[in-house]
Amino acid sequence: MKDAAAIVGIGQTPFAKHLPEAEKTLACRAVLDALDDAGIAPSEVDAFASYTMEETEEVEVAKAIGAGDVTFFSKVGYGGGGSCATVAHLAAAIATGQATVGVAWRSRKRGSGARPWRNTQQQLPTPAQWTRPFGLLRPVDEIAMLTRRYMHEFGVSRDHLFNVALACRNRANQNPAAMMYERPLTREMYMTARWISEPLCLYDNCLETDGALACVVVSADRARDCRRRPVLVHSAAQGMPAQHHGMVNYWCDDPLEGPAWTAARRLWEGADLRPQDVDVAQIYDAFTALVPLSLEGYGFCGRGEGGAFTEGGALEIGGRLPLNTGGGGLSEAYVHGFNLINEGVRQLRGTSTAQVPDASTCLVTAGEGVPTSALLLRS
Amino acid sequence: MATHPKSTRTSVPAQQTARKDGAPAAGPDASGRTGATASGPQLRTQSDNGLLLPVPDEDGAPFWEYAARGELRVQSCADCGELRFPPRPCCPRCQSFADSWERMSGRGRIWSYVLPHPPLLPAYAEQAPYNAVLVELSEAPGIRLAGNVVAAPDAALDSVDPAKLRIGAPVKAVFHEMAPGTTVPRWLLERP
Ligand SMILES: [Zn+2]
Repeated sequence: MKDAAAIVGIGQTPFAKHLPEAEKTLACRAVLDALDDAGIAPSEVDAFASYTMEETEEVEVAKAIGAGDVTFFSKVGYGGGGSCATVAHLAAAIATGQATVGVAWRSRKRGSGARPWRNTQQQLPTPAQWTRPFGLLRPVDEIAMLTRRYMHEFGVSRDHLFNVALACRNRANQNPAAMMYERPLTREMYMTARWISEPLCLYDNCLETDGALACVVVSADRARDCRRRPVLVHSAAQGMPAQHHGMVNYWCDDPLEGPAWTAARRLWEGADLRPQDVDVAQIYDAFTALVPLSLEGYGFCGRGEGGAFTEGGALEIGGRLPLNTGGGGLSEAYVHGFNLINEGVRQLRGTSTAQVPDASTCLVTAGEGVPTSALLLRS
Repeated sequence: MATHPKSTRTSVPAQQTARKDGAPAAGPDASGRTGATASGPQLRTQSDNGLLLPVPDEDGAPFWEYAARGELRVQSCADCGELRFPPRPCCPRCQSFADSWERMSGRGRIWSYVLPHPPLLPAYAEQAPYNAVLVELSEAPGIRLAGNVVAAPDAALDSVDPAKLRIGAPVKAVFHEMAPGTTVPRWLLERP
């Protein structure tokens, strides 16, 4: 599958706390925007992939945009863990001849819609019965639990987490499409911010966003005839470690060695490249602490070294590993990580608002701490 | 991996390996109806003061039945003795479907903890910031039960000064009845 498929179109709606249009409408707009970017007619689309949490069905998107006969469709579970897998599934389908033009998308009104954790009636019995009665109500509580342990075991500090928040915010300040475009962040703001779940404060949390994104995947051969410079899917992987329990992954031998490690082994096995070859990364950042954990998992540093890795401007433009160059989930938009995919494509086209000079390799990751996925893209 | 307390299988009630065929009278409905609880056919998900009650599934029901009797028990393989949590249909080590429920000493250590602040559900916001902890059981350090460290079994979620919480601090289990028929383990500091 190496380099067999390419992303040739990306599309998105504006990002905002509140958009008036329905999720379905936003989904259609993002998909059509991506097809237009690719220069491919909607009637040529024969494959779809999205998240199980996506509430617009393929049938709705396909009939609205005027897709042709569809021969492949797939949905990936575990929230933001599925982002990169949507592209991976399309790439695999295209590489194996099951389809020719695939669209992946995510549309979500998490900014103006309900917070899922507020729903008391729809408690998933497993594993909510083991956590929610005790007031571990929200994803932030579950990840804060891992974060405190991570800080305790490895000396990760709030300054390290701030480095992540700051890098994302600085890139958002360069990106007019980002929700935090005109909102700089200072260390003082971070250190005095209100807690959400100690040890995580407001700025350790991603945004709440209305918005939709999509991308178009075709074979590498076909990609040569498209409107834009193709971005090849060099390697892709999903990862669910042995004895993993999902977001509340408290019952394996080492909860701090999560799905990133599993996905990374497969990702690098399928690649001609190593971590040191990566020019720019888009690392899933629903919470700041997921970034240093992911940097360890994907092999940019050793176990427990993720915090120290962020020091000295390493994550900024010109640093060891510039990341989340559109602002990420922390400062551009939180749409279950799909904006990280589109930003990875922009970097390899050379059109990012925070362009890494001559970037030719980009790692994109999905949610860490849940069954996850990753893409290694190259130009 | 986890150590297995010897010779405790005989102390476990008779439903240990046949619980899927019938729920004990005092315990949650294990018939497989999603969300059914001890309070009867009406889905009960909150206590009178608005805290969320555990909504057991079929695998988890025995844990809550034993908790209602003031016993902390963990599912174990009846063939190879491996403890497992959360409970599940078969043993990941030997694939046996026979299980037993082993009584734990109730001793453990804090593995990590958080202090949630609003926005929260109203009943939790009232007590925020409170602590939520993960406790590693002495018998099986890989089993980490979520809970709350409190000053007394029926005390509020914020009854212990957060400054007294430390990773590694020894704790012991007590039991608190959240609603009629629904009891949860909670934790007291061994050295308050
Ligand atoms: Zn066994």
